[in-house]
Amino acid sequence: MSNNTPLSRTHFVAPLDETPLVAVDKVSVNAKPSNLYRDAWRDMRGRPLFYIAGAIALLAIVVAAVPSWFTNIDPQFCNLDFSNDPSSGGHILGYTKQGCDVYARIIFGTRTSLSVGLLVTLIVTVLGVIIGALSGFYGRWVDAVLSRISDIFFAIPYILAAVVIMSVVAREARSILVLSLAIGLFAWPSTARVLRGQILSVKNSDYVTSATALGVSPFRVLLRHVLPNSIAPVIVITTIGFAGAIVAEATLSFLGIGLPSEVMSWGKDISEAQGDLRNNPMTLIWPSIALSVTVLSFILLGEVVRDALDPKARARR
Amino acid sequence: MTETIPTTPPGTRTVNATPLLDIRDLHVGFVTQKGVVPAVNGISLTIMPGETVAIVGESGSGKSTTAHAIIDLLPGTGKVTSGQILFDGVDLATTSDKAFDDIRGNLIGFVPQDPMSNLNPVWNIGFQVAETLVANGRAKKGKDAKAKSIAVLKEAGLADAESRLRQYPHQFSGGMKQRVLIGIGLSSHPKLLIADEPTSALDVTVQRVILDHLATLTGDQGTAVLFITHDLGLAAERAEKLVVMYKGKIVESGPSAELLSNPQHPYTKRLVAAAPSLASRRIQATDRGLSEMHVAPLAGAEDVDLIASAEARAEKLMGVSSAAPAIIVEGLTKVFQINTGKLRSEPFTAVDAVSFSIPRGTTTALVGESGSGKSTVARLILKLETATSGSITVAGKDIGSVRGRELLALRRQMQPVFQDPFGSLDPLYNIGATIAEPLVAHGVGTRKEQQARVRELLDQVALPVSLVDRYPNELSGGQRQRIAIARALALKPEIVVLDEAVSALDVLVQAQILALLTELQTELGLTYLFITHDLAVVRLVADNVCVMRKGQIVEAATTDEVFDHPREEYTRELLAAIPGSGIQLGV
Repeated sequence: MSNNTPLSRTHFVAPLDETPLVAVDKVSVNAKPSNLYRDAWRDMRGRPLFYIAGAIALLAIVVAAVPSWFTNIDPQFCNLDFSNDPSSGGHILGYTKQGCDVYARIIFGTRTSLSVGLLVTLIVTVLGVIIGALSGFYGRWVDAVLSRISDIFFAIPYILAAVVIMSVVAREARSILVLSLAIGLFAWPSTARVLRGQILSVKNSDYVTSATALGVSPFRVLLRHVLPNSIAPVIVITTIGFAGAIVAEATLSFLGIGLPSEVMSWGKDISEAQGDLRNNPMTLIWPSIALSVTVLSFILLGEVVRDALDPKARARR
Repeated sequence: MTETIPTTPPGTRTVNATPLLDIRDLHVGFVTQKGVVPAVNGISLTIMPGETVAIVGESGSGKSTTAHAIIDLLPGTGKVTSGQILFDGVDLATTSDKAFDDIRGNLIGFVPQDPMSNLNPVWNIGFQVAETLVANGRAKKGKDAKAKSIAVLKEAGLADAESRLRQYPHQFSGGMKQRVLIGIGLSSHPKLLIADEPTSALDVTVQRVILDHLATLTGDQGTAVLFITHDLGLAAERAEKLVVMYKGKIVESGPSAELLSNPQHPYTKRLVAAAPSLASRRIQATDRGLSEMHVAPLAGAEDVDLIASAEARAEKLMGVSSAAPAIIVEGLTKVFQINTGKLRSEPFTAVDAVSFSIPRGTTTALVGESGSGKSTVARLILKLETATSGSITVAGKDIGSVRGRELLALRRQMQPVFQDPFGSLDPLYNIGATIAEPLVAHGVGTRKEQQARVRELLDQVALPVSLVDRYPNELSGGQRQRIAIARALALKPEIVVLDEAVSALDVLVQAQILALLTELQTELGLTYLFITHDLAVVRLVADNVCVMRKGQIVEAATTDEVFDHPREEYTRELLAAIPGSGIQLGV
């Protein structure tokens, strides 16, 4: 190259074979089709954590759906003759003070925890998405009214609200649904706020203007363009919120203001076992482990989803 | 500046035979996880003292990387992999960071691309100028720095420099910020000034003033200038020597005039044929209307000759000149309420009693600088905003009061293409769904018919059908703009509103899209409202021109009339500001 250094006053032309011309704006279609969610899915499948957390979460879901696959012992059959007995034969985790099978109670308690988690998540997501989407997209007085309402709900910690509702208002009508409502009705404002912020930035993008000008109705624009492009952070907080709801149920049940006595729940088992902490700590530790592992798996799943959906976080790795 | 550094008189520099900057076989690469990705592949060039050299190339050609390598400002992962950068005999590629602090600023000045983001918004202008002067040892802290900062701003051409020192960047216009940056770049009288796209973010008239000023300053001080630009016309007008870069290599270099009149490399030939400013200039030079011109078309499907396609359009137009107007705009006014804080708001008239009409099957260009209200007119016509007063008639129907079903019918007749090719397509929609969207929204055809129409449209905009299941992020800007055009054409509209539709594209891609638009117009009898800030492009695609300024139309006439006999002073200014207008070109 140094031989034909272009001198300042001469007209230098590079030989064509050194820089062959490529077609202007050539289309390359070799790569796999990709968009945010496809990339995220591909990204998640490359992470060991996704499989570990996903497997535990999946196991919890299966246990909740068909507990009889995992035990044939009746968790409600308690015999004081076996009070605090260690593990024996088919009763691998021993007995509680009331003489109930610990393992069977954990298995059947899973459904309670996951039901509450699912119901709360549903309530929070439906309320949060509707209110967040409407206030973000339509703005003006709709936004002013809805934002103030969510501010009011945001100011009350949802655990405190649930304690008040369960111990005062819903004292006589405790059930999984009532408990979920008590938690969910006060937990939605954070979802609504996150979504509203996302929508505010997405709705000003050119593709939204284009869609409007092409003749797509505003509601359809919201549904088909704005929401899909702003929902990613909601998916993340929903996964983590699921774990939060399970913890909230356990907390309320532990305090004795959660579910009625005939419903099995990890929180209630932990609460009942606290008196035996010294002489039979395992009756407290086993349901605690079940609770922690389940909660942890959903939190980790949330982390994986967040990393996958946030391309900036991905680039940093 | 009160004291001046001894400068070389302009006439003597050709005598000096040692180059100021001598780049030898320079390779620059970016380190990634997959190894080093080369950006500059062995370029060699020389700059003599006092000489102005321009590097021209499209995005990704390595021109900015070269500039940054010279001044050691490569981003984190970039590094010089081999070669020498000799500046006054010192190899900059191997200079230590410490030693570079003295060279940068003192011997080599730098004017960055984007004046908007290159001044720190939390410090006032005076602080930032003084900081540079002190850092380069040109002034002592305190009063001395202040006095010299005032001198720098005065030299940069800012009126009442003293009070300006206390102002913050947001109080300056884009042009003023660039003046400050040029002032800072030249404050220590460097031997070489590197200007990386110094005016691409500015309006053309401002660009011209700034570049004139820069030329005067560097001429007076005998500073050599290395220009980085994508605009061949601008480069040829401002530099004695041109260097054309393509894919990290120099494909052609030489004296500007010769390179333009006698391009040798096929890539340079393409560039010369595609640059709107030059093509527009060539039309001007013939002193004839477009329809009378005869230019031999370039060989090869890849090469777009703008004049040839513009000429074809002009010829076709001769037959349909008396058609009924597709759009009539009368007394259109839009007033926005601007919040001034403290619960008060002030009216701001963005569009002021604008009237024009567009004959069916023709192109009318709405030209103006930023803030002239041209895009607001587009939004009003598209009914994305409601007019304060005045009327808009589209295809014989007043659109002022249309709603519901009628509005849908209106949207069907008139479709938009927007500027930003990266923003106007939903990233979550694949190409097929994107193009089919208007069909779905208007309930046209069955699913099968829609898919067939999508394939037909892709073919019309010259894209492979295999793109249907791709997503926008996999395509280039030009390809995305083709998709946006295909989407706009899906419903077979009569009118297409093109809002800066080609402004964000590289010249070659721009030329392709312009040719495509012209072709589609001929084929489908479309009416275009073409909104742009670039007069050079107007000459190539428009039949009629409306020049807008501060919300008003200052001049409206046929394209030939506006270019050959502009009546308004403002129009003349705009025309003179087209880069390359100072070049003498034969045909």
